[in-house]
Amino acid sequence: MEFPKKADRLKRLTQNIIFWMARGLSYGIVVILLLILFFIVRQGIEVISWEFLTTSPREGMTKGGIFPAIVGTFYLVMGSMLFAVPIGVMAGIYVHEYAKAGPVKRLIRIMTDNLAGVPSIIFGLFGMALFVNQLNFGTSILAGSLTLGLMALPIVIRTTEEALIAVADHYRHASLALGATRWYTIHKVVLPIAMPNILTGLILAVGRVSGETAPILFTVAAYFLPRLPSGILDQCMALPYHLYVISTSGTQIEAARPMAYGTALVLIVIVMIVNLSAAGLRHYLSKKVKMN
Amino acid sequence: MSKIATQNIHLYYRDFHALKGITMAIESHSVTALIGPSGCGKSTYLRLFNRMNDLIEGVRIEGEVLIDGIDIYKIKKQEIDPLRRNVGMVFQKPNPFPKSIFENVAYGLRVNGITNRQFIEEKVEQSLQQAALWNEVKDKLKKSAFDLSGGQQQRLCIARALAIEPSIILMDEPASALDPISTGKIEDLIFELKNDYTIIIVTHNMQQAGRVSDNTAFFYMGDLIEFGTTKKIFTSPAKQETENYISGRFG
Ligand SMILES: Nc1ncnc2c1ncn2[C@@H]1O[C@H](COP(=O)(O)OP(=O)(O)OP(=O)(O)O)[C@@H](O)[C@H]1O
Ligand SMILES: [Mg+2]
Repeated sequence: MEFPKKADRLKRLTQNIIFWMARGLSYGIVVILLLILFFIVRQGIEVISWEFLTTSPREGMTKGGIFPAIVGTFYLVMGSMLFAVPIGVMAGIYVHEYAKAGPVKRLIRIMTDNLAGVPSIIFGLFGMALFVNQLNFGTSILAGSLTLGLMALPIVIRTTEEALIAVADHYRHASLALGATRWYTIHKVVLPIAMPNILTGLILAVGRVSGETAPILFTVAAYFLPRLPSGILDQCMALPYHLYVISTSGTQIEAARPMAYGTALVLIVIVMIVNLSAAGLRHYLSKKVKMN
Repeated sequence: MSKIATQNIHLYYRDFHALKGITMAIESHSVTALIGPSGCGKSTYLRLFNRMNDLIEGVRIEGEVLIDGIDIYKIKKQEIDPLRRNVGMVFQKPNPFPKSIFENVAYGLRVNGITNRQFIEEKVEQSLQQAALWNEVKDKLKKSAFDLSGGQQQRLCIARALAIEPSIILMDEPASALDPISTGKIEDLIFELKNDYTIIIVTHNMQQAGRVSDNTAFFYMGDLIEFGTTKKIFTSPAKQETENYISGRFG
């Protein structure tokens, strides 16, 4: 048996160093995340109360609650998903299952990739120009939802596509060889397999949409609106925008600070609940997919 | 009239000439083995008969493929799905759907719009019987097909193909991923199925070709070198290449 040469030892050493660095960094990320959470929880927990969650802001938003903002965010997320999910999933299916390789497919791919990288304020401006002004929806839940939906669209398309790519071709072949049409194959075989992964994409989209401020700035968000919206052409409040408002403007920024942390905490908890429940659903579906 | 015939078939993968003028006729209720070294075009030839080559981009086909006297490359687009119901296929790797054993076999029936529960149940049982799998799975039809062994999965795929009563079954190295016992079961099965179906099977296993087939076609680099009864091909081939290949001198 030969003893390891010096070069080998050096190689092993570098490998170890890189490994430990990677491990350290990933632990570091977890720690930072926990710190942020801890910080928000500690600052925000004291204002959390039943009243905070179920009433409107009072006294220049230094008192009262954030109920209209919670409801508004809920509407906006629902509205944007109602728009982005069907269109995005269909587009993903089209691009991967129907479109032939060629310039058109490449163009769609480039567009979705670039759209995903466009800063959200640009979406806000575009939404204002198109939905608020051109289509005359006014600053409204409709305009805001469409703007947010537009922003979520590339994420939904892209993850749908990725989820479909992950479905091995032999499933498609097995189905087609039995005389099934393309759509029947997609509907009965491909989509059930891809569903858990598509769902992950939708979660990412929900997470992104629920936390965005810029796209709703000019399209829907109300600075202060104590009553709940009564229709999709109404304005509404929203958690991220509310947070932005009470931490940057107004006359009593300091007095409103605890409310800001409370709002941040609620926003984070909502996003976490969405993520966790979707992760649970994903787990359940990937078990079920073996079976049905 | 022969069940299946190809007339001077050429197939191109873009610029690559994969089948170079194949003419061959296959009788009803026979088993035909396609043999030849890797890359010679056996799978490509097999996929002609259920038009699975159509799924590959850049494929161009010249010549005629006749099934029951009809040129299947001249039929309308919407007749391709019915064609595939008539020409079943078993793939090299077992590829059951991530569904229950029952639903795997029932799939083709549902594709055909059959909803009668009782009919489906009977047909599933009958197909699993035919595929010699019934006894092993009859108590766990609701279990996932993924819980079966590789050999069982392959027989499940055969049952799935049989359920819609095709008249032709294409098999692309159906036993190559299986152990000898499972392989034996599949071979026995092919022997049984011959009574009701016309079978074309690709295999790399000479003994297997010898055991299950009536006729054998030897392919080499996109050409059909020799086609005849399996007995003749294996005992007194007409071409030197065939003999070399069978005796294991190349390929
Ligand atoms: N999708 C494809 N695109 C381009 N060329 C292909 C494609 N499929 C097969 N070929 C080429 O066509 C030739 C025949 O391939 P085919 O798969 O029919 O061979 P085979 O006889 O089945 O081989 P094996 O025994 O390894 O399965 C090979 O040279 C292969 O490289
Ligand atoms: Mg092959």
